[in-house]
Amino acid sequence: MTDYKNLKLIASSSPHIRSEEDTRSIMLDVIIALLPALLMRVYQFGSWSFRALTLTVCSVAGCLFWEWGYRKLMKKSMALGDLSAVVTGVLLAMVCPVTLPYWMILVGSFFAIVVVKQLYGGIGCNFLNPALAGRAALTAAYAGAMTTWLAPDATYPAFGSADIITAATPLAIMKEGTAESFAELTNTYSLGDLFLGKIGGSLGEAPALMLILGGIYLLVRKVISWHIPVAYIGTVAAVCLLSAPAGVGAAEYMAYNLFAGGLMLGAFFMATDYATSPVTRLGQIVFGVGCGLITCFIRRFGSYPEGVCYSILIMNCTTWLLDKYIRPTIYGALRREKKEAAAK
Amino acid sequence: MAQSFFGGVHPDDKKSATRAKPIETLEAPAEVVIPMSMHIGAPCKPLVAKGDTVQLGQRIGEPGGFVSAPIHASVSGTVKAVEPRPSSMGGKVLSVVIENDFQNTISGEVKPVADPGGMTPEELVEVVRNAGIVGLGGATFPTHVKISSALGKADYVIINAAECEPYITGDHRTMLERPEQVIGGATLLAQCFGVDKVYIGIEANKQDAADVLNREIAKTGAPVAVEVLHTRYPQGAEKQLCQAISGRQIPSGKLPADAGCCIFNVSTACAIYRAVYEGMPIVSKVVTVSGSGVIEPKNLECPIGTPVAKLFDACGGLREDTYKLIMGGPMMGMAQYDTEVPVGKGTGCMLAFAGDEEQYVSDPQCIRCGKCVGACPIRLEPIFMYKYLMKGDRETFEHKLHGMDCIECGACTYICPARLPLTHAFRMGKQQVQADRMAAKARAEAEQKKEA
Repeated sequence: MTDYKNLKLIASSSPHIRSEEDTRSIMLDVIIALLPALLMRVYQFGSWSFRALTLTVCSVAGCLFWEWGYRKLMKKSMALGDLSAVVTGVLLAMVCPVTLPYWMILVGSFFAIVVVKQLYGGIGCNFLNPALAGRAALTAAYAGAMTTWLAPDATYPAFGSADIITAATPLAIMKEGTAESFAELTNTYSLGDLFLGKIGGSLGEAPALMLILGGIYLLVRKVISWHIPVAYIGTVAAVCLLSAPAGVGAAEYMAYNLFAGGLMLGAFFMATDYATSPVTRLGQIVFGVGCGLITCFIRRFGSYPEGVCYSILIMNCTTWLLDKYIRPTIYGALRREKKEAAAK
Repeated sequence: MAQSFFGGVHPDDKKSATRAKPIETLEAPAEVVIPMSMHIGAPCKPLVAKGDTVQLGQRIGEPGGFVSAPIHASVSGTVKAVEPRPSSMGGKVLSVVIENDFQNTISGEVKPVADPGGMTPEELVEVVRNAGIVGLGGATFPTHVKISSALGKADYVIINAAECEPYITGDHRTMLERPEQVIGGATLLAQCFGVDKVYIGIEANKQDAADVLNREIAKTGAPVAVEVLHTRYPQGAEKQLCQAISGRQIPSGKLPADAGCCIFNVSTACAIYRAVYEGMPIVSKVVTVSGSGVIEPKNLECPIGTPVAKLFDACGGLREDTYKLIMGGPMMGMAQYDTEVPVGKGTGCMLAFAGDEEQYVSDPQCIRCGKCVGACPIRLEPIFMYKYLMKGDRETFEHKLHGMDCIECGACTYICPARLPLTHAFRMGKQQVQADRMAAKARAEAEQKKEA
């Protein structure tokens, strides 16, 4: 019979079992969900594929390096294994043009990891989405390089040549918001092109199809809940349906608005960032609606053709407010009238 | 009718190890150690001294107050000692040690009620009190206090057969093997409270037990209804079961009776049945022995006071790499460091975990995922409660975040991907708030005395 005296027992506080899901598995799921879109897009870049891949690797390496370096320097616990820096790196690459110089993406990753994430205390403490904040910083600093959008069929320039064939993004084409500009867009790109990612634009904002599949994967794995993506995309859809320019089919206008630009990437992968979105379900819905309204507003009235990045960053800043005022009513809370009755 | 409660989690129920195993009677040990405190409330005063002869079912501990329950000898034999012994709650508790004479001489105090059908509520309360019945689901609140405080208030009587903690199958087997006791006990409660129906809440993973009970109800025409509930933790927590079955919420800081509900564990109902029809007080307990460290998991019925080592012996012993022993379920049970602690009235499960050590993160970082907020059955916000407690701000924890409403079910900690010790922090926080309140009260009293 077992000699119980020899057992080395741990006496810790309950609960004694934990869900299998941990920070690392969540981040791994996000990476898995991003891969189909990333790989298909990289493949579509043709002779630029290698460049797209190395830019992504460079971004990830940069994020990992800055995270390691900062925490080493500040003598803080190391958690590179949680893969959160890898997610930031992949997302940052996906929101940048494939033509971006390598050193610029390292600057972007520095801003994302050190300034936005680590200076506020590391994972879970940042109030802006690191990848989007990195993109915003790069756009402010290197506006030209950040708006050089490679044409879908561009070939990699020969050694020594600086000629890059660029193309306007779908949203830039219809920026004016008139029936004519929309007609130009429909002549340039079909909805299928948008859906399959044959468009000019950032490294990872398309293909919409693969991003949606990735989003569904995250929903199935319960890494994200439906509240933010549905509220966000639904709001954009509703506003577009109601605000289609005269002479344009509302449904078609809406479809182009949903699948052009970074909406799918933003709604499924950026706005759902844990650290920068509200924790309650209702708060998340308000957050998603806010993102949708601001996106439409920027696309229609702002000076930028695309508004996903800034809409999410702006709503990130309201997260604390949403968490403070939108709170669940606890179980068994006395309603006001009952409270008054009890007081009498 | 079966509704739902807020939040909750879905741990793997792990019940298959013992689900199909009939309750075995454990061979009584040569010595039992019966603690004089196995309930919430005042400890008992021992009625016996070293050298006394005791019989099975004889009262050996006198209640130390109204909120208390008497304690009975679980074997016949000789009192070997009355001394403090290690307890499952940590530390030592005054205990009566009885050397078993293996005669099982039943005490003359054990007498069934002559006319169970004609009992008044007061008579039932008296029988329950004398039988030392407490909440056998693990809460161990004296049942006679519960009944008498809810009489006249409760119009919803609920039997808790959810058994929502993983691994535990004792209640499941009890319902399958002793449906007459369950239904009989429920009928007595219906009679006592004067209600038309007593509801038995069972999780959907025990459909076979619900079928057996329904057959028994059809046979006897008892005023009982079985409600099959979602399999979700903590379905068997008092507040959550009340919400799922009656749709009512127990007001914050109040008792179920304040919502017109009174809830009894299914094995408590069986104990009431045995006390009335057999006159037998609580002298034994069905314990599920399971977990990866147990060689052959079993459901065992053993005398109160059996050292848990004897349970493991009966299950083929433990694996050598066992690293944790838990009395109770894996979500709310207490880790034990001594296999000599005895089975008490609230012990329903003994678990041994072996193999890979559990995940421990030395510097856990909240990633703000909010999964704890979604999992909390009380709809609290564990993420913020934890943050404020870590800052030492108990004021915000208590008043703004309603930390004292936490039921310590562990759902938030289970779901937390960052592995934060949430429940532990709340347990400590609540204790400190209680201590603060006591200190404030003492200060106020001292002030008053000074003025007077």
